[in-house]
Amino acid sequence: MKLTLRLWRQRSARDTGRFEQYQVADISPDMSFLEMLDSLNEQLCAERKEPVAFDHDCREGICGMCSLVINGLAHGSDRGVAACQLHMRRFKDGDMITIEPWRAKAFPIIKDLVVDRSAFDRIIQAGGYVSVDTGDAPEANTVPVPKPAAETAMDAAACIGCGACVAACPNASAMLFVAAKVSHLAKLPQGQEERRRRVRSMVEAMDREGFGNCTNHFECMAACPKSIHVTFIARLNREYLKASTRRSSEDIH
Amino acid sequence: MRWYRSSIGKKVLMAASGLVLLGFVAMHLLGNLLIYQGPDALNAYAKKLRDLGLLLWAARGGLLVALVVHVWTSIALSLENRRARPQRYAVQRTRETTIAARSMLVSGVMVTAYLVYHLLHFTFRVTNPDISHAMDRFGHPDVYAMVVLSFQQPAISIAYIIGMAAVCLHLSHGIGSACQSLGLNDERTIPAVAFIGRLIAVVLFIGYTAIPLSVLAGLVTIRGTLP
Repeated sequence: MKLTLRLWRQRSARDTGRFEQYQVADISPDMSFLEMLDSLNEQLCAERKEPVAFDHDCREGICGMCSLVINGLAHGSDRGVAACQLHMRRFKDGDMITIEPWRAKAFPIIKDLVVDRSAFDRIIQAGGYVSVDTGDAPEANTVPVPKPAAETAMDAAACIGCGACVAACPNASAMLFVAAKVSHLAKLPQGQEERRRRVRSMVEAMDREGFGNCTNHFECMAACPKSIHVTFIARLNREYLKASTRRSSEDIH
Repeated sequence: MRWYRSSIGKKVLMAASGLVLLGFVAMHLLGNLLIYQGPDALNAYAKKLRDLGLLLWAARGGLLVALVVHVWTSIALSLENRRARPQRYAVQRTRETTIAARSMLVSGVMVTAYLVYHLLHFTFRVTNPDISHAMDRFGHPDVYAMVVLSFQQPAISIAYIIGMAAVCLHLSHGIGSACQSLGLNDERTIPAVAFIGRLIAVVLFIGYTAIPLSVLAGLVTIRGTLP
């Protein structure tokens, strides 16, 4: 296939950035979207031009590095996959494809299509962990976890922190990400000790980073490569309300 | 940080104040429907409300607080949301959201404008003083005549129908959204709650707009309801 790419180019965080158009030819429908970009970059290198910077790592949908808004949809039109697993068979010969980076104040652009997602790391540092010395791994059945709780925790833990929820949200809100991380630990016995402190400090960290507020459009769920459900946002709201309005022994420490 | 200053706290305040206002909108309709029982029923109900005295003022105070909280949180949240994405997308498509959800700010401003007009019209009675100060045969303010004579003017009826359309568009997203913000949802109830929210909005729209339409159609006249 032959395609026209309309790509966001930006030299650095301080550059204003602009769209540039490129033609690519000989694109196989079996290529992944990122392989198509690789082929563009080979072409640009051959022409002694600056290749396009874009984030990628595992290319099998588990690392959460790819971060492309393709024709107005975070990770492209396929549900439940990251951009690396979007294939060129979803496009037609002669298509024009617009490719933009995640756009949010909390995710400043580093270069071209690469954004800085350290804001997510700082939210995790605020409480997305269990600070208990575990020593050796305990025998698996020492602490029983009911099957439904384990399943729910696993559904939330599927979050790969790619930031598509923020990119797709009309308000650039990070609620689905924080909801997944809070819910994951709140459902498991190991997470109970710090349950209230965790939700409070993670929400505070989220607000500090300048993300928007959730107005329940549910676009995040549609864009999430792991299809994380907005039910976790309701759970986060519950957890936060409980933790904020009731005093507990945790607050004494 | 106090909980109500956080993003979730403001959403909770918005949801709770919205549900209070929804309760008012629903109760208001039940009162309005007395118009179909004739002038005496509606005027007696209006007198009973006024006779509540302090209780009436307490309710009005509560509603005013809910309104102020709702408007304040909406302004604060909208400004934050705008700041959160300083550079817009060149192309942005959506998959889950609705027109109602995307136009909450617009419908909210319309509802506020409609509320101001409605209060000036029926509560402070300044927009149509010629028809708003009549007394009925018991010497009570004739609310029935005021309503019927107002709605016999197509321009006023159309203004009310547009106002109610804005209210119901707002509610069709607002009710489900409030339940989600208050954390009352789970995976099974989200579609059901959204559906019930839209159903309530439609029922309120039909109930409210039926009154000006009945007056315009001549089914409700100044003497009473046609048999």
